[in-house]
Amino acid sequence: MTDTIAIGTADRKDAKTGTVAANRALAGPRVNGKAVVMTLYLVFLMLPIYWLVNMSLKTNTEITSGLTLWPRQITFDNYIRIFTDQSWYSGYINSLTYVVINTVLSISFALPAAYAFSRYRFLGDKHLFFWLLTNRMAPPAVFALPFFNLYSAIGLFDTPWAVALAHCLFNIPLAVWILEGFMSGVPREIDETAAIDGYSFPRFFVKIFMPLIASGIGVAAFFCFMFSWVELLLARTLTTVNAKPIAATMTRTISASGMDWGMLAAAGVLTIVPGALVIWFVRNYIAKGFALGRV
Amino acid sequence: MTKTLNNKAWFLVLPVFAIVAFSAVLPLMTVVNYSVQDTFGNNQFFWNGIGWFQELLDPSKELGGRFFEALWRTLLFSAIILAIEIPLGILVALSMPREGWTVALCLVLMALPLLIPWNVVGTIWQVFARGDIGLLGWVVNHLGIDYNYTGDALDAWATIIVMDVWHWTSLVALLCYAGLKSIPDAYYQAARIDGASRWAVFRTIQLPKMRRVLLIAVLLRFMDSFMIYTEPFVLTGGGPGNATTFLSIDLVKLALGQFDLGKAAALSLVYNLIILAICWVFYTVMTNVDADRERVEA
Amino acid sequence: MARITLDHLAHAYRPDPQGPQDYALKEINHVWSQGGAYALLGPSGCGKTTLLNIISGLVRPTRGRILFDDRDVTDLPTEARNIAQVFQFPVVYDTMTVRENLAFPLKNRGVPRERTASRVEEIARLLDLGRVLDRKASNLTADMKQKISLGRGLVRSDVSAILFDEPLTVIDPHLKWQLRSTLKEIHRALDITMIYVTHDQTEALTFADKVVVMHDGAVVQTGTPEELFERPAHTFVGHFIGSPGMNILPCRVDGATAYIGDEAVALSRAYRALPQSQRIELGIRPEFLRLQHKGAGLPVRLRRIDDIGRARIARVEMSGRPLTASVPDDITIEGDEAALAFDPHHVHIYADGHLVAGEAAGGQVR
Repeated sequence: MTDTIAIGTADRKDAKTGTVAANRALAGPRVNGKAVVMTLYLVFLMLPIYWLVNMSLKTNTEITSGLTLWPRQITFDNYIRIFTDQSWYSGYINSLTYVVINTVLSISFALPAAYAFSRYRFLGDKHLFFWLLTNRMAPPAVFALPFFNLYSAIGLFDTPWAVALAHCLFNIPLAVWILEGFMSGVPREIDETAAIDGYSFPRFFVKIFMPLIASGIGVAAFFCFMFSWVELLLARTLTTVNAKPIAATMTRTISASGMDWGMLAAAGVLTIVPGALVIWFVRNYIAKGFALGRV
Repeated sequence: MTKTLNNKAWFLVLPVFAIVAFSAVLPLMTVVNYSVQDTFGNNQFFWNGIGWFQELLDPSKELGGRFFEALWRTLLFSAIILAIEIPLGILVALSMPREGWTVALCLVLMALPLLIPWNVVGTIWQVFARGDIGLLGWVVNHLGIDYNYTGDALDAWATIIVMDVWHWTSLVALLCYAGLKSIPDAYYQAARIDGASRWAVFRTIQLPKMRRVLLIAVLLRFMDSFMIYTEPFVLTGGGPGNATTFLSIDLVKLALGQFDLGKAAALSLVYNLIILAICWVFYTVMTNVDADRERVEA
Repeated sequence: MARITLDHLAHAYRPDPQGPQDYALKEINHVWSQGGAYALLGPSGCGKTTLLNIISGLVRPTRGRILFDDRDVTDLPTEARNIAQVFQFPVVYDTMTVRENLAFPLKNRGVPRERTASRVEEIARLLDLGRVLDRKASNLTADMKQKISLGRGLVRSDVSAILFDEPLTVIDPHLKWQLRSTLKEIHRALDITMIYVTHDQTEALTFADKVVVMHDGAVVQTGTPEELFERPAHTFVGHFIGSPGMNILPCRVDGATAYIGDEAVALSRAYRALPQSQRIELGIRPEFLRLQHKGAGLPVRLRRIDDIGRARIARVEMSGRPLTASVPDDITIEGDEAALAFDPHHVHIYADGHLVAGEAAGGQVR
């Protein structure tokens, strides 16, 4: 009888160890599985970009003469031409100009509004908020033509201001939305304490409140920058020569002698660079901004 | 947290209201104005009443047929996009490393496509998918599959969908990742103690906690795919034929290509109304979810 | 049901611990006997949650072994350990009803449906959750949710021990008391080992039969609440337990007399040659230090007297050092000059923080 029990116990022990081993086995491939999915996804993301970079470093003869996985003869001519030709690099300056104007405008307009939405109830607040959000969702294609007429009429056509103002249509609602989320996370007691301490509202707002939501302002600015930088339909409709964005300048590569593929690729690579730089600087805040689920 | 009633708060909202109204209401009024008129050029307009709307909503007319075709095309496109990007985005978010330098690397690489100007996205894929000089097109053709996105409608659709997946899945993934990050460790520990399987953890903890961000992801992806213009325009120009002419592309063709202002304006308004309606449904659902959550937390 | 043995257990969160300062948990040898109600008491950051997570298997210790009865479980994952744990913040599965929540651990382990159902009913009755069984778990109050977390642990009939990680933190004060007595009842009814982590001495002392006091990653004393009060093994225990805590005074000891400055205090035990290099201190709880009229003991300056309901506590000062003492009912003091009388049986001597045993008057070692 004692034997039976002993065997029984031993069996059970084995069974337990078995479970552990099975768990380990499960855990092992799962970790690998994650890495495999992630790696495949990142490779999928990087392949087209790699191809673009690859092409930008080739001569047109090499591009059209056959498929090569890396440049047989590295050339920087495409980049040099972009940086020395005024009509090319002014495209960059134009793009950056309206993107920066737009970001500054959006944030400075959105700050007080977001404060109002996060702190007070007022007549029509919910409807106003919803109406603002619908503008984030409005198709730019609908606005292209009316904007063209509007900005022509007030003499802003073909200036960075036209594009910057037009992009406010979707960036201000976005900024209000993001900032409202961050501001609601700041306890209202802070406002009251400041009022008791004798701060005037503007001084309180700039000296105390804004530093508290600095990361929120950063996140909002990032997304304003992003959406203004990537949008092209409005930017191209509202400019012809003087304020033409870089992304629109790229169409120049179609010439009588056929496509200048190398130039096109080099210009494309250069449009990715500012975005990549911005991401690198805000990489630790990205998750936080998304965490609010407000993009 | 109850907010205090204060109508003076309107002064704080006024600048935003003014600038957005200037950007949104004024142009919309122009659109409404155009939509009820006809023009033969030379800035001469004639009253046309609701004629354009009647024509637009009647599938048997030329304009109506064109509109409904583009509408179904766009809806189908949005449906496919959602069906691929949402599950894939969740999968990628679940595969994110937990800590270490790889997290930052993954985040940066994933966010990269989001920061590329949309026409450049089109250009990248235009080049990448070409049979002669593009890696993708070349490989697919050499696998013995006849692939040409400028000639074949199905190939064109496939390319645009893969391009959109490439462009936007990261947004879904980043949103889900943020949602997952907000789950306290205690939940996972409790699940382990309760002996929950990987699937049970996903069903009972991760998915419910991602509900809100998923809703936002679906909303954003639906809206943006429903409004898609630049990328397919650059890639296929709406072709071959009209195979990839989505609503936005059609609208711009009408307005800026043919200067059919009345028709374009009517189309714009209907288009906008559809979006407004869908947006409202989402907004209502979302506020309900939020209210639910606040009630729980209270 | 099991006896839990910690054998030379230590843990460092750094992968390459050098000295003792790198260890979040310094070496521990301890046996939790089957069916005991234990409290793990200590300030935040003393390593008590780490210890708890090692027992439940969420953290693998750097060194040492954990035994359940005689089985080594150090390498077993949580789910193979038959441990239940209740966390600081209630964990419920939001999308499920209370009933589904309670059934969840059994469902995961493939327990037959009828058995699960009856078990859930039983536990719900025990925890008074019967009324809400079919409600969504997400809409309940924090104390209800915490009961559900507890119920998910209890529902398994094979649990060796239930671990509580400050489970009452988010519970309203008046419900805390209720939930704690529910815990005690369950402990009596089910004969399960319970380990309760807290930084609140009232919670620890009312819940536990035995209290393990931790400080700075190490166990400083294990004992019943009385032992902790009467004979603190470490000045930290004396200070941390009791309100107000023990008075600690630097002193010089010669035989059965301690000298605080020039004043002599009689001791009940004799101490032989305490090493010069160590810090010698005298500890006495305010309960055994009585305020007297000037001249009837150690002279002190009276600062104020607080009435804390069940007793009056005097705040006094002796050469700049604040002390607390109890005020006998029949005494009133004019002015700020007073004296303190020591109860020699409750005066303890500490060397470098640790209690020194001393010899009783008869000469035998205590």
